[in-house]
Amino acid sequence: MNRRLSKSHIYGWLLLMPAAIFLIAFTYYPTVATLAKSFFSQGTAIKPSEFVGLENFESLLEDDIFWKIAWNNVVYAVGTIPISIALAILMAVWVNGRLPLKSIVRMSYFTPTILPMIAVANIWLFFYTPDIGLIDQVSRNFGFASHNWLGDPDTVLGCIIAITIWKEAGFFMIFYLAALQTLPPELEEAAYLEGASRWYYFRRVMFPLLMPTTLFVLINAVINSFKLVDQLFILTKGGPDNASSLLLYYIYEVAFSFLDQAYASTLTVVLLAVLALIAIGQFVFLDKRVHYR
Amino acid sequence: MLIKLKSQAKKLVLAVTLGLGLTSTAFAVELTMYYPVAVGGSLTKIVDGLVGDFMKENPNIKVNAIYAGNYNDARIKALAALKSGKPAQTSVMFSIDMYELIEQGAIVAFDDVVKTADEKKWLKSFYPALMENGITQEKTWGIPFQRSTIVMYYNKDAFRAAGLDPEAPPATWDEMVSIGKKLTKKSGGNVNQWGAMIPSTGYPYWMFGALSMQNGQTLMNGDGNKTHFDAPATVEALQFWKDLGNKYGVMPSGTIEWGTLRQNFLEGKTAMMWHSTGNLTTVKKKAKFDFGVAMLPAKKRRGTPTGGGNFYIFKKSSPEERSASLKLIRFLTQPERTAEWSMKTGYLGTRADAYATPKLMEYVKDFPPAAVARDQLEFATAELSTYQTGRVRKLLDDAIQSALVGSKSPADALSAAQKQADRLLKRYR
Repeated sequence: MNRRLSKSHIYGWLLLMPAAIFLIAFTYYPTVATLAKSFFSQGTAIKPSEFVGLENFESLLEDDIFWKIAWNNVVYAVGTIPISIALAILMAVWVNGRLPLKSIVRMSYFTPTILPMIAVANIWLFFYTPDIGLIDQVSRNFGFASHNWLGDPDTVLGCIIAITIWKEAGFFMIFYLAALQTLPPELEEAAYLEGASRWYYFRRVMFPLLMPTTLFVLINAVINSFKLVDQLFILTKGGPDNASSLLLYYIYEVAFSFLDQAYASTLTVVLLAVLALIAIGQFVFLDKRVHYR
Repeated sequence: MLIKLKSQAKKLVLAVTLGLGLTSTAFAVELTMYYPVAVGGSLTKIVDGLVGDFMKENPNIKVNAIYAGNYNDARIKALAALKSGKPAQTSVMFSIDMYELIEQGAIVAFDDVVKTADEKKWLKSFYPALMENGITQEKTWGIPFQRSTIVMYYNKDAFRAAGLDPEAPPATWDEMVSIGKKLTKKSGGNVNQWGAMIPSTGYPYWMFGALSMQNGQTLMNGDGNKTHFDAPATVEALQFWKDLGNKYGVMPSGTIEWGTLRQNFLEGKTAMMWHSTGNLTTVKKKAKFDFGVAMLPAKKRRGTPTGGGNFYIFKKSSPEERSASLKLIRFLTQPERTAEWSMKTGYLGTRADAYATPKLMEYVKDFPPAAVARDQLEFATAELSTYQTGRVRKLLDDAIQSALVGSKSPADALSAAQKQADRLLKRYR
């Protein structure tokens, strides 16, 4: 018995090993190493790295740029998440109905998701360009003066948010579309027989039934709002004066432009902590309100 | 099956080790060299060709030339290779990375590698302006290779249309304003053509290096441990940059995008632009109008920073590898090859005798803009480069942008940047 147990143990571990090795090498070890590094100073040839305790975190508290960027990230999250989810639901309901050329409409909504962000950003860069850009050329016909969209700290973050919504909404639409197709048509028929308006049906029947999908999409959207920074490399490099910089881009700058891995690790630890808190919050508080069938 | 696989794998491993052993014994020295490509084009082919020529001439040296992305990537890869214990022996990297590389203990000075009188003479054969980013602590750490400067591109047709002499581009700041005003064409509230554009995203500190030099002020000292961001002349230069947009109205206010500027110029939205010489070939190909290239204008004097990549030799290398690296670098910087390199890429010829070669003399005669960058070298200065260079550069970038978009005054923005730069650089003094 004992021998058989240990044999099946070994068998089990062997099955787990390939995945475990990769997870440890590329996820857990780097996470722990990052945490450890955030307590050490950045070493140079002259001055080797030494343990400094919480000093890196203290300088983070005094780092004005960090706070500005953290605030940018909040605005970015609040700006992208609700609108892209609302748009996704709207588009999904729209292409779920009886519609001529349905598959073409579905595909066109999904296209932004397929395009690589770097390519997309290069296109949008020319949309936003003052005078010669698409947006200015169109708005000129309506009598608006040309505007330096990416060069104005008041509009630059909005421009970045618009691209992200455009890119993400189609992706989330696919999940909603799949969820909508699992809804039994009897519900809709029953609601109409009872005289419910379409809005009432959406509000009291359809939307609650979509909640599990919404939770999934919400978690993805939150993670993306911290993770999607590719467009910054092309569009603004975080400027002007950090008005469009986001946390992950700042981490990249600190690590690979300033070559300060200690401080980059500190920033990463903070980002990880924030993401973990949000994820826990979502699961604990929202999960109770989600209706699973 | 498994057993069969195993034996095959063993054979493969054996073959690979033997193969490696064989190749490494066939060459006396094997060099690894990283190089970046910052502008488009078939640069990799040109480098491969040059390295191939070198190996033909030196059959006992094998060179692995590895394309390593942009300047940032090249630096990261070279430093990572250094830490991993399989370092490169020589690399082309950003000229302004010098202090960082010295601090990391990554590179050796060329003075410690050169031995013969001939080699020592070679060290002195480059344009002094191009050496500024390669010399500190009275030693030479970098040899100029792919180098550029800022020049002014201008639309001669637009000059003619405004009744200006197309052969007389602005030579001073005042002329830039007065000529710029004549070139700015408005209809209603919209501007159809701007007088000038100076890009302020991407590399604002580089453009600003030109403006402050023209006002007679460098941005840092030669030891790389003190910046002059809050000097009165520096503040004046930033004020002028801002005034071009806000006061004189010859340039759009706010920041101007580096990436789309060339397109603006090619579409006639601006009559003048300041940009890297690296754009020369593309503008030449795509411009549908008659264009000219001029030196940047002067306030107290003319001025531009240099830019681009230098050769470095890494410390983690044997004496044989170092002298082989030196041989390679000398080969690649011979006057004829420098001339060829300059013609094919648009980069500067790094030494005066390259411009004296028949090939390049002919080329310059046919295409005079190629000579503007060379003639401007006389007024050129080092690109902003200090210890902690990434951070210090960002301080200045942020200060410039916050002044241009109007959230801070030039004086406030620059003195705040100076204070923080002082804090970073104090321990290097």
